[in-house]
Amino acid sequence: MSIKTETMTLNMGPQHPSTHGVFRLLVEVDGETITKAEPIMGYLHRGSEKLAENFIYTQFIPYTDRLDYMNAMTNNYVYCAAVEKLLDWEIPERAEYLRVITMELNRIASHLVWWGTYLLDIGALSPFLYAFRDRDHILDLLNEISGARMTFNYHRIGGVKWDAPEGWVDKVKEKVKVLRENINEYDTLVTGNEIFQARTIGVGKLTKEQILNWGISGPLARASGLKIDIRKEEPYSIYDRFDFDIPTQEEGDVYARYKVRIAEMYESLKIIEQACEQIPEGDIIHKKGARIMMIKPPAGEAYTRAEASKGEIGVYAISNGKNKPYRVKLRRPSFVNVAILQDILIGQSIQDLVAIFGSLDIVLGEVDA
Amino acid sequence: MDLLYMTIYSVIILKLMLAGVTFSILFERKVIGYMQMRPGPNRHGPWGILQTVADVMKLLMKEDVIPRQADRAIFVLAPVIAFAPAFTVYAVISWSDTIYAADLNIGVLYFLGVSSMTMLGVLMGGWSSNNKYSLLGAIRGVAQMISYELPLVLSILGIVILVGSLNLRDIVYFQQDIGMWFIIPQFLAFVIYMISAIAELNRSPFDLPEAESELVSGYHTEYSGFRYAFFMLAEYTYAIAIAAFATTLFLGGWLGPAFLPGVVWFLLKMCIFMFIWFWLRATLPRARVSHLMQFSWKVLIPLALLNIVVTAIIKVWMGW
Amino acid sequence: MSQEVLDLIVKKVDGFLGEEVVGKKPEPPPEPEPEEEPKAEEAEADDPKAKARAARAKKAAAAKKAEEPKPPARLNFGKPLIELPSEKWSVELAELLRDDPELQFDFLSCITGVDYEEHMEVVYNFYSTVKKHYLYLKVITPREKPSVVSVDSVWKAADYMEREIYDLLGVDFPGHWNLKRILLDDGWEGHPLRKDYITDKKALGLD
Repeated sequence: MSIKTETMTLNMGPQHPSTHGVFRLLVEVDGETITKAEPIMGYLHRGSEKLAENFIYTQFIPYTDRLDYMNAMTNNYVYCAAVEKLLDWEIPERAEYLRVITMELNRIASHLVWWGTYLLDIGALSPFLYAFRDRDHILDLLNEISGARMTFNYHRIGGVKWDAPEGWVDKVKEKVKVLRENINEYDTLVTGNEIFQARTIGVGKLTKEQILNWGISGPLARASGLKIDIRKEEPYSIYDRFDFDIPTQEEGDVYARYKVRIAEMYESLKIIEQACEQIPEGDIIHKKGARIMMIKPPAGEAYTRAEASKGEIGVYAISNGKNKPYRVKLRRPSFVNVAILQDILIGQSIQDLVAIFGSLDIVLGEVDA
Repeated sequence: MDLLYMTIYSVIILKLMLAGVTFSILFERKVIGYMQMRPGPNRHGPWGILQTVADVMKLLMKEDVIPRQADRAIFVLAPVIAFAPAFTVYAVISWSDTIYAADLNIGVLYFLGVSSMTMLGVLMGGWSSNNKYSLLGAIRGVAQMISYELPLVLSILGIVILVGSLNLRDIVYFQQDIGMWFIIPQFLAFVIYMISAIAELNRSPFDLPEAESELVSGYHTEYSGFRYAFFMLAEYTYAIAIAAFATTLFLGGWLGPAFLPGVVWFLLKMCIFMFIWFWLRATLPRARVSHLMQFSWKVLIPLALLNIVVTAIIKVWMGW
Repeated sequence: MSQEVLDLIVKKVDGFLGEEVVGKKPEPPPEPEPEEEPKAEEAEADDPKAKARAARAKKAAAAKKAEEPKPPARLNFGKPLIELPSEKWSVELAELLRDDPELQFDFLSCITGVDYEEHMEVVYNFYSTVKKHYLYLKVITPREKPSVVSVDSVWKAADYMEREIYDLLGVDFPGHWNLKRILLDDGWEGHPLRKDYITDKKALGLD
């Protein structure tokens, strides 16, 4: 005789401390085991793609900031790059360097936020504050160059808006040294912790096949042994000039994702250091980009992609030769990555739910667009 | 006359304990604040000394919300049930050679027996809230407290064997006689006790019943205002009691160099325990439920049993 | 290299379909005017007036080019692009793209739905992590009853992206396991990204 059991539906969110935004997850549990998970989203939907059709090209840049507000620089960049591709403009050297420096600084800030909040999710309080201290130093630097702490609106079609203030590059160089030391300290503080390892090793595994099938990109893919990074695969901007590695791990579990992200911060620091050494003097924006607001790219369509901290961010821009884009499609990494929840949670224990969910590093502003 | 004396004593202890809880919360926030490179509370009074007072005022003035679907009677009763045993155990704590309430010859047994009732409050609170998160928190809490009660009790047995008495004052006098605190001969027991106590108190890294990121706030998710404050009060009262108990058992109670009175030594030693708990909270991530259970049943209990055996052999062999 | 990839894809796809769909050359454009281009280049030399004139001429040429029917298989910014009518697009063809040892488009990067007022398009962006090549695949579907076979069973990545297009553009994806609105409310009327969608600010409480 078997005991008749019932499954229970647990509703996580939309208001829940660890969903990092307004996100709802319906989980069906049989005892401790998850049998079904259904992400429900759209609470933050602002219709960014619709808005894009009603603005002239430059006006849409601030809206890209609000997608993944943790990593706004790359969003800025990828949109500008898509339009530049349609326009076929040459970007001044100095602008490209400034773009790379800001994007990489932003990537570190984004990974630091992930690091802090993830550990907060699994119950460690202090790392959150350590991470935010260093993130704040980075944001101060970005604030100095762009005038904003999170929604930078810094990249422009054809270059960047502001030149680096005097001494900024030296400040970045110094900060890189401090950051390297601090990240090293965080690494030793947490990575070897027994409880942390017990909670993360072997949890939430993703295989290479799953990664490819679900279209997962970024650190999640690299933690499963898939060496894809658009900065290397299809070097955009001037990434082909720098010497850096793509950290990968084979295990595909939560711990591997953690290690990949930590290693990526070091690589970003390397890139920033090199960029700061090489940065030339010169213009910061294409001549036309500086002058005209009414940009009219020739009719055509282009898909541009870049490596954001969450994964592959892409913009599919279609121009019909008018001053407003005909269609802008935003390929948001979080939106694609969040779909894996339907698969990854099945058969896992409910205790690991938060540990797995947090490891995906999802920003709801980006999921809902 | 005795009854009057007892009543006065308990009222004084209650007041002092309320003050103690107030400042231990402040102490915790300050300690964790400094560990996290921030000043901690610093707005109310010098050094933020009135912060907790302000918090309690706020909680008192809040609307008393009882969910419509909740089991009203049990919902109301739960915080009281959680608090009462945590406070009752203070009866056997001997603060110094002269300050104590009851010189019970089964003090250890009384302490353990009464304190284990706090879990009833947790269960009642979680169950009556009619909230899945509360219920999960309560279930986790009760499972955890029952599992860790065993190693807690077993770790103390070594001391009881050595002393040959369940009287807490006798235990202190014994430590005076042998000129050594029990933390030295019973170090293994001390470690087991510390770990179990943390789990028993639902403190980090074993704070699963109130795991914020998973269960919102655990068994007291639905509580607000003064009822919530009562749960907090119960938690800290119990924490102070456990610290006092550990001081008596392992750190020689009020014993210490004569330049300070015994009670001050006692309180200082308690502070060490409290500090260790705060320190751990600022340092460690939260353990996983299944690991927690495994750790108790597969590691701590065998170790505690081993400790009892070794202690018994030593006792017979050395004739203490 | 991209041209070779394009030729390969055209060969494979047409081979699969058994007829020339992608490889078909469009009707030859009416009459090219060869003398316009060199003139524009010559004028680039000095004064701004001539420059402006040259730019205008270039623009006119570009406009003319846009009018010309484009071949269904071409290079778009150096990347292979093919166009298919929706009735030729099938799960089997998708599997071919994914599994063929020479193609191996194992990564579905992006799906875009576009509403051109006379028809609708669903654009798939594929990438091969093994071969490192790209493909833009456009599936053209009539606007009255837009319907494109779902590739959810081939690339799971299509799951959410197709739902999003269904939600915002109203393109039906037969074969999708769970086709329902994803970003908008379940009771939402209309599909906002269609060009004829009227934003009723009053109803939304914005005005």
